[in-house]
Amino acid sequence: AVSFTSNPWRSSKPIQLLQKRDFGLGVLPDGVDRNSEAFAQNSKAMEGRISQLQSHISKVLAGGGEEAVKRNRERNKLLPRERIDKLIDPGSSFLELSQLAGHELYGETLPSGGIITGIGPVHGRLCMFVANDPTVKGGTYYPITVKKHLRAQEIAAQCKLPCIYLVDSGGAFLPKQAEVFPDKDNFGRIFYNQAVMSAEGIPQIALVLGSCTAGGAYIPAMADESVMVKGNATIFLAGPPLVKAATGEEVSAEDLGGASVHCKTSGVSDYFAQDELHGLALGRNIIKNLHMAGKQGVMNGLHNLNPEYKEPLYDVKELRSIAPTDHKQAFDIRSVIARIVDGSEFDEFKKLYGTTLVTGFARIFGQPVGILGNNGILFNESALKGAHFIELCTQRNIPLVFLQNITGFMVGSRSEANGIAKSGAKMVMAVSCAKVPKVTIMVGGSFGAGNYAMCGRAYSPNFLFLWPNAKISVMGGAQAASVLSQIEMANKKKQGIQWTEEEEEKFKSKITEAYEQEGNCYYSTARLWDDGIIDPADTRKIIGFCISASLNRPLEDTKYGVFRM
Amino acid sequence: EYSSHDTKTTSRIEKILIANRGEIACRIMRTAKRLGIRTVAVYSDADRDSLHMKSADEAVHIGPPPARLSYLNASAIVEAAIRTGAQAIHPGYGFLSESSDFATLCEDKGLTFIGPPASAIRDMGDKSASKRIMGAAGVPLVPGYHGSEQDIEIMKSEADTIGYPILIKPTHGAQREAAASFGINTILLEKYITKPRHIEVQIFGDKHGNVLHLYERDCSVQRRHQKIIEEAPAPNVMNDFRSHLGQAAVSAAKAVGYHNAGTVEFIVDTVSGQFYFMEMNTRLQVEHPVTEMIVGQDLVEWQISVANGELLPINQSQVPLLGHAFEARIYAENVPKGFLPATGVLHHYRPVPVSPTVRVETGVEQGDTVSMHYDPMIAKLIVSGENRAAALVKLKDCLSKFQVAGVPTNIHFLRKLADHRAFGNGNVETHFIEHYKEDLFTDPNNLMLAKETYDTARFNASLVAACLCEKERSALNSSPPGTNGLLPIWYSHPPFRAHYQASRTVELEWENEYDGSWSKFFTFSITYQPDGNYLIETGEINSPGLEVKATLLHNQDFRVETGGVSMDVSLSLYSKDKIKHIHLWHGSHHSHFRQKLEFELSDDNEIQQKTNFETASHPPGTVVSPMAGLVVKVLVKDGSKVEEGQPILVLEAMKMEHVVTAPFAGHVHGLQVTAGQQVSDRSYLFSVKKHLFAKCLEASVLILHDSLSDLHGVYITFHYTLHFRVVLII
Repeated sequence: AVSFTSNPWRSSKPIQLLQKRDFGLGVLPDGVDRNSEAFAQNSKAMEGRISQLQSHISKVLAGGGEEAVKRNRERNKLLPRERIDKLIDPGSSFLELSQLAGHELYGETLPSGGIITGIGPVHGRLCMFVANDPTVKGGTYYPITVKKHLRAQEIAAQCKLPCIYLVDSGGAFLPKQAEVFPDKDNFGRIFYNQAVMSAEGIPQIALVLGSCTAGGAYIPAMADESVMVKGNATIFLAGPPLVKAATGEEVSAEDLGGASVHCKTSGVSDYFAQDELHGLALGRNIIKNLHMAGKQGVMNGLHNLNPEYKEPLYDVKELRSIAPTDHKQAFDIRSVIARIVDGSEFDEFKKLYGTTLVTGFARIFGQPVGILGNNGILFNESALKGAHFIELCTQRNIPLVFLQNITGFMVGSRSEANGIAKSGAKMVMAVSCAKVPKVTIMVGGSFGAGNYAMCGRAYSPNFLFLWPNAKISVMGGAQAASVLSQIEMANKKKQGIQWTEEEEEKFKSKITEAYEQEGNCYYSTARLWDDGIIDPADTRKIIGFCISASLNRPLEDTKYGVFRM
Repeated sequence: EYSSHDTKTTSRIEKILIANRGEIACRIMRTAKRLGIRTVAVYSDADRDSLHMKSADEAVHIGPPPARLSYLNASAIVEAAIRTGAQAIHPGYGFLSESSDFATLCEDKGLTFIGPPASAIRDMGDKSASKRIMGAAGVPLVPGYHGSEQDIEIMKSEADTIGYPILIKPTHGAQREAAASFGINTILLEKYITKPRHIEVQIFGDKHGNVLHLYERDCSVQRRHQKIIEEAPAPNVMNDFRSHLGQAAVSAAKAVGYHNAGTVEFIVDTVSGQFYFMEMNTRLQVEHPVTEMIVGQDLVEWQISVANGELLPINQSQVPLLGHAFEARIYAENVPKGFLPATGVLHHYRPVPVSPTVRVETGVEQGDTVSMHYDPMIAKLIVSGENRAAALVKLKDCLSKFQVAGVPTNIHFLRKLADHRAFGNGNVETHFIEHYKEDLFTDPNNLMLAKETYDTARFNASLVAACLCEKERSALNSSPPGTNGLLPIWYSHPPFRAHYQASRTVELEWENEYDGSWSKFFTFSITYQPDGNYLIETGEINSPGLEVKATLLHNQDFRVETGGVSMDVSLSLYSKDKIKHIHLWHGSHHSHFRQKLEFELSDDNEIQQKTNFETASHPPGTVVSPMAGLVVKVLVKDGSKVEEGQPILVLEAMKMEHVVTAPFAGHVHGLQVTAGQQVSDRSYLFSVKKHLFAKCLEASVLILHDSLSDLHGVYITFHYTLHFRVVLII
């Protein structure tokens, strides 16, 4: 800290006043000791995690391999991310979701799950993009591909974002048809969602840039408007080989289901594009012409935006040095909040009560938000405070931001006697029913019911992202190992078997290892338990994007169920 | 001193009609305005929205675009002066400025002709006559034969006396148009000077018999027999020589009873150091500003005051000599194609800022069209300095910063000229450009130079790419799409991508304007760096990426930093024929790039200009179809001799017949269309080539390298047949 007392002609008192005024009411202090050992260790550990993440990402960015990419180029086709770049407004941002979907999920690699999804603006209107990657298994749908497609539609439906499908897919991946075709949240749900969203007035636009066979043919067919590219795009329920087999008719793909056929004769498609760039330009034009007269007014229902916002006082990059990778080490969530909110200004609610949950009001890019962040185990008071705070925010239509770093609710006789289950249930009720936009960022551990109360995946936050150090499981690996070994030991005892310490350790380490693996952020993100792993330094921006997308719909009133008192 | 002055004040000029257009009209108006004199402009249809028309207090329409029907229409002009109550007419230069008939007409109608007496114009207009008068007055003349006896044998013996090489000229050759249409029938012979300089003396006389000179100008550097860089005083000239020259010029003027502004042109034989009278221009010259710069006087003001009957404001000994001045004439022209005049829209026009030492005389504004009807000069850049070297530094700097886009110009060529060491040393002569053509024109076979040019272009293209991104960023920043909510954050810079950096490709086609021989595509990948810089990569092997920081200063001015060097860059953008044109200026570089417009045109708020028939660039004499239509009749055969305005073919379009005529007298060439043929808009129909004779007259010069008695060679038809071995300079 800077000392002013060396100034001989000034007493120290007014300077203290000045300093106080400088920080203002609710301005968070820095809260980071840059010279500490922990800071250095955390930085180093996080650096390692981030570079590991970067290396995974750089692999998926390359798509389905050099050969496939080359073939794609030869057909005058762009890669899916390039296609999206041409669709979104020049120089604008794109929030890609679940880049590592399918990561080490199958025996073979499936970069980004074979489909690129994300949000970006087109003519000043946020849209959801769903783009098949034809370089990855011909753009076919694996189970995770379907899941990612459906998740994008879920977000679009929740946020009322027009959907742009960039279709270039061979349809369902046949060897895995049983996991792709029949169930509720399988392939058929894609078209169901299109129908329901279209009914709700959420535009469904399909740009057919490549093949679009069998079930896939319904994506453009179900769309409100569709574009087909001459030469590359084909739509048919059955391709030439199947047609020949079925009817003996010999026909080329272009004559069977090319752009000419569908734009001139069948009417399956609406716009004829000379080439891919033309097709993408037509796609932009469709969005430009949406207008949505009268509907614009109701969107962004949450007002009170301050366009003159300040950046945080402290460097957002330091977020990479705050969270320890070792979840046993505690850190003050306020140092994270200080690097996310405008001007580092955070007006804490119930600061002195239930101190393990930090709640308060702030703004992010001028938009008011209510923030809930963990500063330790959830106690009775913390849970009650959380429920109270959520009620405040829903009543005032303030979006909620959850910063999860939670090992769980307090256990033990005193807690149980105090009704921790009841208090926890209140918070879970509040979280479940809150109809304001919710964004969850897992900045550390996410264990047990803490995951629920802090708006885990099951509580349908509009968006959920992980930091590379995040861990998710029902409990910690060590705790699980200890619990399970106790049960196992009891079982063995009943059978009269004596467990050696070595055997016990072996048993425990196996469980710890499994928990370690399954609790890993890559395990989560590969299965779409989240919307992606982010660089901590991007947290503020991403929360801004998420809230922006979430506000793209009219207000909804929150109604709660019965709170157990 | 003279009481007569007071009595004359009642008849002073209060309103002037300027019988001219373009920069000279604007320049005259400027002085008139300063003196409180009201101005009247005249304009043709082509100049309806021109700067000179808008700058005048009043403007009168005088006819259709062809000069013959407007700016050369003496009666319409005189009538305009009478209608608007102007007491005087300033003819500027060109057009009617050296027509003694016009001067006479003005005086007959009671209008003051701001110029010399009609008699002096007439005397000096006839080359033989003027030389006779000059010879009598003791002004040195080029050895030659100016006699009226035109017999071939006499000519031969005269030529032998003078010595070879020898020059043959028509006596009225100075005015090409006149020569071509009036059919001059006498010629003169002159000694041909092999290494000449063109030095002229500005003289000024009043109506009281006083004549003084305002030093000389060197106008040696010429292309197509037109001056492009002039300077005053002449370099590498002794004071003695200067005063001899001045005295000779004053004597010449006095010999014809001259008053007002005039220029006496001399040819200086750099080999012998002799100077000879060539001709006298009885008007204010294009290059008069260089003289104004070094004597600190306003010659138009002098002209008006002399026309008012006043005495010259100073005498010879009071004429100051203040440093050195250059004038560079900026033309719309295609330098690599032999300085062919160009036409088109000035999509971007930003002359250098003026100061006491920098003058820009211009008659155009951004968005104006350089049409095919008049002289394609865009502007005159005049700079002065304490001495020649200082003025030259300034000239080069100003040329680098003079921004014109939309039509090809000679700016780069002028810059090269100014940069040439021989020019720097003042070693100017009439054949300068021809002499140093290897230095001045890009040789496509010079691979070293080609590589250097290419590298510069690539570097410039990188800067363009960065500036385009920065311009877009700035536009997004100042007015992000989507006014409500948090939407603006989606447009923050650099654009966000999850775990990678946003990038885009920019394709630019480089227009190699300097040799016109080839263009080249550059494809750049631009990656937005986290700090807001742009990483520009070409994908070429051995070509590392260039990291560029671009800051938009104003609308089109950028500060660009790359490789540790920070510099000013200007950009001009315009769209034409679905092509986006981008010009870049930095340091002494100017590059022109083209970009295919993306499919969305509506997003683009750049000016979109429709090219029309007028702006299409064709060599002179080319006739294109004014519209799409059907050829109904073809009235002449290809190769036939035609008169100006003679119908050549008839087109039918929109139920109307349209007669296509010859633009001037000559022979029809390339007439391929036949009756019944459909032609599209602006398609080539035919061209008219001037008669060889007309060309000779136009060139004004036939040089004989040998005796007239040598009969080998080309036949030239004149009013009688002469057998010449000739070199035709055109």
